Amino acid sequence: MSISERITLEHGSGGALSRQLTEQLIYPILSNDAYRELADATDFEIPGRTFITTDTYVVDPVFFPGGDIGTLGVFGTCNDLAVCGARPRYLTVGLVLEEGFPTADLRRVLESVRASAEQAEVRVISGDTKVVPSGKGGGIFLNTTGVGEALGDHLLSVNNIKEGDSVLVSGPVGSHGLAILAIREGLKIGATLQSDCAPLFPLCEALYALGGSLRFMRDATRGGVAAVLNEAVAENRKCGMEIQETAFPISGTVAAASDLLGLNPLEIANEGVMIAVVAPKAAAEALSRLRSFQTGREACQVGVVSVRHPGRVILETAVGGRRILDLPRGLLLPRIC
Amino acid sequence: MSSLLRQSLQDRRLAAPLLEEIRKTAADIPGNARVMEVCGTHTVAIRRSGVHSLLPDNILLVSGPGCPVCVTPTSYIDNALHLLETTKATIVSFGDMLKVPGSDGRNLAGYLGRGRVRIVYSPAEMLPIARESAEAVVFLAIGFETTIPTVAAAFLQARRAGIENLFLYTAFKTVPPALRALLDSPDRNLDGFLLPGHVSVIIGEQPYLFLEKRGGVPGVITGFEPLDLLQGISAVLKQIARGQQRVENTYTRAVRSGGNPKAREIMEQLLEPVDALWRGFGRIPASGLVLNQAFRDADAQLQFSLPPLRNVEPPGCLCAQVLQGRVLPAECSLFGKRCTPETPVGPCMVSSEGTCAASFRYGDAEP
Repeated sequence: MSISERITLEHGSGGALSRQLTEQLIYPILSNDAYRELADATDFEIPGRTFITTDTYVVDPVFFPGGDIGTLGVFGTCNDLAVCGARPRYLTVGLVLEEGFPTADLRRVLESVRASAEQAEVRVISGDTKVVPSGKGGGIFLNTTGVGEALGDHLLSVNNIKEGDSVLVSGPVGSHGLAILAIREGLKIGATLQSDCAPLFPLCEALYALGGSLRFMRDATRGGVAAVLNEAVAENRKCGMEIQETAFPISGTVAAASDLLGLNPLEIANEGVMIAVVAPKAAAEALSRLRSFQTGREACQVGVVSVRHPGRVILETAVGGRRILDLPRGLLLPRIC
Repeated sequence: MSSLLRQSLQDRRLAAPLLEEIRKTAADIPGNARVMEVCGTHTVAIRRSGVHSLLPDNILLVSGPGCPVCVTPTSYIDNALHLLETTKATIVSFGDMLKVPGSDGRNLAGYLGRGRVRIVYSPAEMLPIARESAEAVVFLAIGFETTIPTVAAAFLQARRAGIENLFLYTAFKTVPPALRALLDSPDRNLDGFLLPGHVSVIIGEQPYLFLEKRGGVPGVITGFEPLDLLQGISAVLKQIARGQQRVENTYTRAVRSGGNPKAREIMEQLLEPVDALWRGFGRIPASGLVLNQAFRDADAQLQFSLPPLRNVEPPGCLCAQVLQGRVLPAECSLFGKRCTPETPVGPCMVSSEGTCAASFRYGDAEP
């Protein structure tokens, strides 16, 4: 018996059709040498300090230029581990499917999960599938939990940040959020916009090797770099930041599209960009390491840590004015990741 | 506008000579100069670009009554809520309006998701909503000369399409009468106006000419990019320094001296002037627009017997004074404490173009 063209409620019933979906579609795609059988749980071993993180993906549309919910689900969670100084090792994959979701689309998402996991050198070792009635879900929702192995003893934290530290960005900002918005709103200018969805672990590993000079890293997803910078100074409390608007790498298409839509690229979600704070003496070396990777080739310094305005991010604008760069407010875009 | 033009309009090398000019002029002005940016879009553009932080200390920019949501009386929200509760009508509105608290603290956003309140981005969207609805559809018609022609055009189009269940609840306002009220105020503290660029695209220069009369102040039609703003500020300061009071247009790439007659014609087809109540100001003669005799059957206030508007301010809220440029947002005891963009008390914190929201987001003086 072959799997029906569309997902039905019975595929989540726990009965024969559930079994068929898991055994004939999901497991054959996701299985690997660490996920050898369909048991209730899988065992694994990680030496030393271990990191865990979880994230749920609800992006709309499921497929977008530069990726899909599968690539996002793998890279997003792996990036959360990587920026904490952990090597991503294992992932679980939870699927919530809406009745009527095309089975071919599910296959495409699963193939993406597999390919992305291979690229990020992480293994899927457990999974779950539920089905919700038509109209009660968004086609497909995906949860991944990631487990990672500490790269070393140095703990990265906003509390490491000191006056004079350099604030770096790893690449051009704003493309993921705009790519999603463009496809959703049918904007012509969006035809050349691509999500930046990419694994950050190689960049993080290269920076981690700088030792204590690396203070803190965070990937700039929802709320963009504006949110990350504000979170960092809000959590640190003692420091603020002085940031230069014109220092951020921004592609011509992103600049034009955000102009048109009245959006600030600094507030738009990314899926392959991080902020790193490093000691000033290590800034040049950090940038050269970042730039040795394709994803980091446009990395640059965007500002410095200062104690003049603790808890505040001050932006020097293009025209040379100064103002607060606040946390993005209001719902810029629902279901961005 | 091309991205390249936009970039050059925020180029600090091009800004430098303008700033130098502003510094020199400011030095010639004895004491402080208070310049009001009338338009909410200016307020946001000035704060977002940090232009206010570049000005000499004796030049103060104060925000005016140019945010349509902010100058709409609280009782307008009360009446809209009353309409929802006592009729089957659907309310159609721009998003900002829905978050403004009525006099009892409730807002229209509470009705979102129940199909009774619909957010639109363009007035043209009211047509299909009315067509699909079996009940009355009421558009919350607020705005200045910038918005009014598009609402009028959409409404007239709906009428031509034979749609009879579409009503306008008008609280339209026009800018020049408010400027006159500010000018005539006995304790006025203003030395000049940055006149609104978008409004001027429609009305041109003529309606501002009363500023040139005895007791007037300089008024400069100004654009919205950082260099536009600096150019407008420089022009108004030069006039202040020389004791002039002329209406000047520095936004010539968008504003023609005669404005846009076609847009005004559409407004005139549908609307006629009326005395209007402004939040913060009270009643200003001939400062509002309502549906004229031919379209009275679509006037929501008349057809649903909504009570006349009155001004009731939430306790402690200083929006009224903020709108007249008398009080800075940070001088209100609620600002940033009980009143934030997430929990707004007054309209100036609700609207994205509100003075308090802009101050909260971008900071006031040089940070």
